[in-house]
Amino acid sequence: MPFESLAEPNYLRSIIQVSLTVSLTAILLSTLLSLPIAFVVGFADFRGKRVITAVINTGMGFPSVVVGLLVLMALSNSGPLGALELVYTPEAMIISQCVLAAPVITGVALSAIESVDDAVRDAAYGVGGTRTDVALITLKEARYGVVTGILAGFGRAISEVGSVLIVGGNIAYADGTSKTRTITTAITLETRRGEFETALVLGAVLLVLVLLVNGIVLRLGGR
Amino acid sequence: MEYRRRELLGASAAGIAAAVGGCLGLGGDQSEGSITGEELALATTTSTYDTGLLDEINAAFQERFGTPVAANAQGTGAAIESARNGNADVILVHARSLEDEFMREGHGVNRRSLMFNDFVIVGPSDDPAGVADTEQATAAFEAIASAQAQFVSRGDDSGTHTKELAIWDQSGAEPGGEWYQELGSGMGDTLNNASESGSYTLADRGTFLSMQDNVDLEILLQGPIEGGPELLANPYGIMAANPEVHSNVNYDLAMAYIGFFTSPEGQELVGDYTANGEQLFYPEALSEDPNFQQYVPEGWQPDSSEE
Repeated sequence: MPFESLAEPNYLRSIIQVSLTVSLTAILLSTLLSLPIAFVVGFADFRGKRVITAVINTGMGFPSVVVGLLVLMALSNSGPLGALELVYTPEAMIISQCVLAAPVITGVALSAIESVDDAVRDAAYGVGGTRTDVALITLKEARYGVVTGILAGFGRAISEVGSVLIVGGNIAYADGTSKTRTITTAITLETRRGEFETALVLGAVLLVLVLLVNGIVLRLGGR
Repeated sequence: MEYRRRELLGASAAGIAAAVGGCLGLGGDQSEGSITGEELALATTTSTYDTGLLDEINAAFQERFGTPVAANAQGTGAAIESARNGNADVILVHARSLEDEFMREGHGVNRRSLMFNDFVIVGPSDDPAGVADTEQATAAFEAIASAQAQFVSRGDDSGTHTKELAIWDQSGAEPGGEWYQELGSGMGDTLNNASESGSYTLADRGTFLSMQDNVDLEILLQGPIEGGPELLANPYGIMAANPEVHSNVNYDLAMAYIGFFTSPEGQELVGDYTANGEQLFYPEALSEDPNFQQYVPEGWQPDSSEE
């Protein structure tokens, strides 16, 4: 019975919706968190800057299952944040993807900011720019790098399966409507069921989505 | 400077707009079809979910009570652990020893025997260890061990894994060596692996039947449903999380679910459910004769020295 679950009209639509909502929200939040850090670390000169940069770069390779486990332990009803009742919800998946994407966005944005030629900053000072103006000029010069960082973070978030499986639970209702089932966790389920064709179709859908988001963002970014 | 700022804002607006749009969409879906605005958190095993049985039962439950069921399909061990941490209202699992432990610890109440099927020993059709010639599960495992034929184990503390270890325990053979591999995966993954690697494994009949078109494996030793040894019986139990221990659980809904599943209507759905034309589960909750052992840990007596 190939494609059996895809015949359910709700199924594909709702898992795509959950995937996009969770990952885009996670990226929005982690961008808001990461860019200020990248700017501060990128513009300031202080002791321990190299250590912080190293920590951020290490975070880029942080295993997603470990993040999932830590978030699960924190959010579990017997854990410290249990009162929020967030375990096995889309919000829990947003939190874990946010944690996963933040170092990627911070790291790539930071290296983009740092690679802006000093001459650009000096020139901005030279024509009488304030500190804010200089920061904005640098940001404008680094914008492609920053956008690349955000897209890399998005790619990590939406293609990630380890943590969302743990904190989300891969839950769909009986009518096929997804609660915490994403495209990636649906692929693991279909593979487990031996429905390789369905899993492959879902994989193709995921690829197309990532491609679309990249295309839209780069277009809006002026490239 | 004004111009540059606006350009930057435009670049980041795309992501924000998309995210907010998605958020609104999701909010609408969650309450869909729910009268109470609540939902039931069910922790269960992969076999009940992957076979599609729960989709059937949960749809009927939702139609009757207006409450959607959020089924989290893990292994039995993980499902029980999830309930132990207060993350499930009701559990549906198949490892009596683990269920009993859960009840004795005070985490679970109102256990019912729900349904059963059986385990089967499956393997490659050329059957290098001669499992098809054995009549007992222990003898089959001993034959696999002495032939050092490839055997893949779930290795995930699931009900099937618990049963497998119990069989090894009762047999005269020790699992180990390169022929014995623990996968740490669900039943479906394990069957896929056994099929690819030409290994033997222990499978619940339900999952095997629902997947048999996709795997190159044969039943070599039947369970009790087809006249095989009683050791391969696979009973499923359902119970509610104790609301006195886990104050956050939805006890009323859990009991409504147990009530529905064990009602004549629910049991009929269980008995009528088929995959590839074959019945996967056999209802066990209803009987004219009393079955007191389903409510208590196996072998428990009121006069035993327990508290």
